[in-house]
Amino acid sequence: MSIVDILSVLYGGVLNVSKENLSSPERDRFILSKGHAAVALYAVLEQEGFLTREETNTFERNGSSYYAHAHRNLFRGIEFSGGSLSLGLSFGVGVALSCKKAGMNNRIVVLVGDGECDEGLVWESAMAAANFSLANLTVIVDCNGMQSDGVKSEIMNHFSLADKFRAFGFEAAEIDGHQYEAIEGALRLRHESRPVAIVANTKKGKGIRFMEGNPDWHHGILTQNLFDTAMADLEGRG
Amino acid sequence: MAVVVNEASSRTYSRLGQAGSLFGMGLFDAIEAVGNTFLLTADMGKPAGMSRFKTKFPEHFVNVGIAEQNLIGMAAGFASEGHPVVASAQAAFISMRSFEQVRQYLGYMKLPIVTVGVSAGFGLTFFGNTHYSIEDMAVMRTIPGITILSPSDAGQAAKAIVAALKSKSPVYIRCTGGLSIPSIYKSDYVYEIGKAIEIKPGTRVAIFATGAVTTNALEAAGALEKKGISAAVIDVHTIKPLDTACIDRYAGHKLLVSVEEHSVVGGLGGAISEHLAGLDAHPRLLRLGVKDHFLTVGDYSYLIQQSRLDAVSIAEDILSGLS
Repeated sequence: MSIVDILSVLYGGVLNVSKENLSSPERDRFILSKGHAAVALYAVLEQEGFLTREETNTFERNGSSYYAHAHRNLFRGIEFSGGSLSLGLSFGVGVALSCKKAGMNNRIVVLVGDGECDEGLVWESAMAAANFSLANLTVIVDCNGMQSDGVKSEIMNHFSLADKFRAFGFEAAEIDGHQYEAIEGALRLRHESRPVAIVANTKKGKGIRFMEGNPDWHHGILTQNLFDTAMADLEGRG
Repeated sequence: MAVVVNEASSRTYSRLGQAGSLFGMGLFDAIEAVGNTFLLTADMGKPAGMSRFKTKFPEHFVNVGIAEQNLIGMAAGFASEGHPVVASAQAAFISMRSFEQVRQYLGYMKLPIVTVGVSAGFGLTFFGNTHYSIEDMAVMRTIPGITILSPSDAGQAAKAIVAALKSKSPVYIRCTGGLSIPSIYKSDYVYEIGKAIEIKPGTRVAIFATGAVTTNALEAAGALEKKGISAAVIDVHTIKPLDTACIDRYAGHKLLVSVEEHSVVGGLGGAISEHLAGLDAHPRLLRLGVKDHFLTVGDYSYLIQQSRLDAVSIAEDILSGLS
């Protein structure tokens, strides 16, 4: 839930991707590096018509292509097989350099988690992105402040991720990752030669009171009752 | 265009070594066949012999710095965009530090990246065990769908890069031996991925060799002939997919032998063992290579002799294996 607002803005008009241009090299690329947020991506892809309800309904069923980590399927708008943390940004840096060398004007947006930024490869990739002046690359960090074992700052404190990206040569902004205007504004941030990092402060389980900030819902399954409560919260009926 | 091996070219290849022939010559022939190719290196451009490529195609040469994991990730980005791409680093690091990246991008995502491990085996001599690569074939073999090539001489390394890029599939090429490596092939021959080549016939012993030490296996077979023991030598230049039909043709021999500049665990010897284990009956397999330990550091000949991979030791071990 922490990335749903970001994805809604991205797919709601920022990204140049549509069912019609899925095979065009000029399309924008969205790479979900924190692959475990795939369920949010499936929901947005369904809303935008890339996936059908029948497909998303197979989520985590035996033999389904739609499970906890997104599996690359260019025909469905899924650019990357996520799951192993940090591998999406490295891939995205390669895509961005390739597109830049091809003289394309498209945009590569990679979404990583703050927990994911514990991984060394994130910083190898960040170093390369700045070195190769990848102005076509935007990294969004979903800073929900939680990781598997609990509160991020108590486990591995990043202090300021925006400062870290700036130190690596990025333009960086820090925003409320649930404010649509703030997300849209940050996504307009571009630099002529530098990649951009948007540190989006978010809340895990945003919009569902029993989930918000509750690490027990890092991965959980809803009963019918909890589903009804959750939907009531989201629809403002709670 | 294909790499052509003859007396003159084999001398040139020999002088350049495997990596030098691959990047300095074979890659240019490959580009004629597959088109503009990106070459990514983890700061090993000069020692690997990429200077000619860098000069001729500066826009297609990318040094990602000393960052082998990101090397494979960025190569995946280029491959995903439809470009032929070669990514290279020292064999120990491209196989082991980047193992998960290779598994993800080349294995799981099936991206057609050609990875080239330079200085495989004992190539980095006095750098010591951190830089030896005697496990690379073992770890790479576990990845579904990847092709593993281990050229026996420098001309074959040039042929390997052409075949690898033309295959448009994920490949790992390990380069062994130093500069001035002996040439096994002095005239042209058909090189096909997955098809082992009998380079010397023989009726009693079959020696399956891979990499630069194939030369030593050939010399050992010559010495055995003088003692009245007929030994075939097979150049197993493709470790995966293994040419099992070829191995089966020697099932009537008294003794099978594997020779590799690699651990006896999981490489050529391991692959042949796994195949033989599935047969009802088969000859004994003598696995020659590094015997599951780290090495005492020294120059290339010292390491080869320590591992009993020189011609004299190979012949001695085969004689004991027969008795």
